[in-house]
Amino acid sequence: MIVAQQKPIEDIAQMINDCKKVLFVGCAGCVTVCLAGGDKETQVLASAMRIKRNLENNPLEAITFTCTRQCDPEYIEPLDNLVKDVDAIVSLACGVGVQYLAERFKDKWVVPALDTKFIGGSTVHGSWEEKCGLCGDCILHRTGGICPIIRCSKSILNGPCGGSQYGKCEVSKDVDCAWQLIYDRMKALGKLDKLMEFQPPKDWSKSRDGGPRKAIREDVMID
Amino acid sequence: MKNLSKLQQILDNGQFAVTAEIGPPKHSSAEGIRHHAEMMRDYVDATNITDNQTAIVRLSSIAAGVHVLANGIEPIVQMTCRDRNRIAMQSDLMGAYSLGMRNVLCLSGDHQKFGNHPTAKNVYDIDSMQLIYYLRRMRDEKLFFSGEEIKEHEPQFFIGAVANPFADPFEFRVDRLEKKVEAGAQFIQTQCIFDMERFERFMEMVRERGIDERVHILAGVTPMKSWRAAKYIQNNVSGMIVPDELVERLKNAEDPKREGVDICIEQIKYIKEKVKGVHGVHVMAIAWEEVVPEIVEKSGLYPRPKVG
Ligand code: SF4
Ligand code: SF4
Repeated sequence: MIVAQQKPIEDIAQMINDCKKVLFVGCAGCVTVCLAGGDKETQVLASAMRIKRNLENNPLEAITFTCTRQCDPEYIEPLDNLVKDVDAIVSLACGVGVQYLAERFKDKWVVPALDTKFIGGSTVHGSWEEKCGLCGDCILHRTGGICPIIRCSKSILNGPCGGSQYGKCEVSKDVDCAWQLIYDRMKALGKLDKLMEFQPPKDWSKSRDGGPRKAIREDVMID
Repeated sequence: MKNLSKLQQILDNGQFAVTAEIGPPKHSSAEGIRHHAEMMRDYVDATNITDNQTAIVRLSSIAAGVHVLANGIEPIVQMTCRDRNRIAMQSDLMGAYSLGMRNVLCLSGDHQKFGNHPTAKNVYDIDSMQLIYYLRRMRDEKLFFSGEEIKEHEPQFFIGAVANPFADPFEFRVDRLEKKVEAGAQFIQTQCIFDMERFERFMEMVRERGIDERVHILAGVTPMKSWRAAKYIQNNVSGMIVPDELVERLKNAEDPKREGVDICIEQIKYIKEKVKGVHGVHVMAIAWEEVVPEIVEKSGLYPRPKVG
């Protein structure tokens, strides 16, 4: 899933400082799971803003709504009625949600309340880790199911580099060296010989370097 | 073969090579580089010009190489994967060749987190293995990295790479070295050796697989100025092992700088006489270039052979 984190409250307040009425829009998708922008967080943020603005003698009318998914036109339609008289929309979705709102409500000031960080998963409650760099051409079958593109700090495909020590990456003692993990797993699988194969450079044109990507499934298209 | 670098000729002749390192300055004057080059001229066969070492912005490796060359030493230009994509790398390396550079060292480069621009976006478009492979192909098959033909004047570099016997996983270190040799590395400079035992174990594995017959291995040595420097490396530089005895020896020394130089000389002699399969030494006197001539001389490696 997409992992996001709320921006500092001061930063969000700054974005809407001159607005009188604001709509806070949460999302029930990924950002709910990572406890950043679900219904609960949306309510909490709206009321925090109300209180802050009251204290500053600059009252704010804050209304809220949580979409099933903000990255789907169908689910943001219900906002049509809510946005009419607001000065701004604060989105608590990932960057996709923010852009969907900005696209649909062309005359509205739409701002992000979250920083969209990465795609990953939870390790223990309250902790998430990045696992995939969305490269568009998955090579996990060659690296024992561990992604060197994103989990190796240098995206080395023929690793490990000379900074790997005691199983940790040179960037920090808190970061596992992806290549140590790959090595251990390939060894356990009896496939170390695979690591001796030369891995050619990545075709980054399949990643974001080819411009924004599209995925099309004609078989399910309606028109 | 044309355009053979001096370093390559010495190594191919079976002579024990000596290389050193010149770190370009954090400003745009070449005065210091020229001074260091002049001082080392008769004592080393070639000198590495580091490429924004530890991710700190410095005068460019290629530009510094021009100054070194003008002062009579053959440069080994460094190219890190951190700072350039494959387009910039090829362009810069062709440029370097046109300026007379004949040796290149391919590195992944330290992560920018450690340098003076930790908020920079890194590149890592290709890795050092791929850089070695495509540079060799560029030379031998006249192809750009993309596979497009180079019609004429392909750069003919003597291709080097690094190996770190002290990083983990240890067993994979020799595999990775072999992989680099397969990819096209012709000479290898190792990380600074402080833990001789581990280096010897590494070389034993190298010899078992006959890798030393397919590539020239230069052992990295570093004179240390103080026990604090040794302790610092021991604790803070990843991928390095500094034995406690070494720290203690420097600590107990009356003149630690002298001791550091002596240790370095002992290491070189030991490596040259006792460790089979090593074809030269690479003296990394980081920010202490002045001491290189003395080390070379006292290690019995002076005068240097003449070639060409
Ligand atoms: S190889 Fe690419 S698609 Fe596969 S996990 Fe890594 S970044 Fe994601
Ligand atoms: S230490 Fe490991 S994870 Fe870190 S950059 Fe090197 S190979 Fe990649």
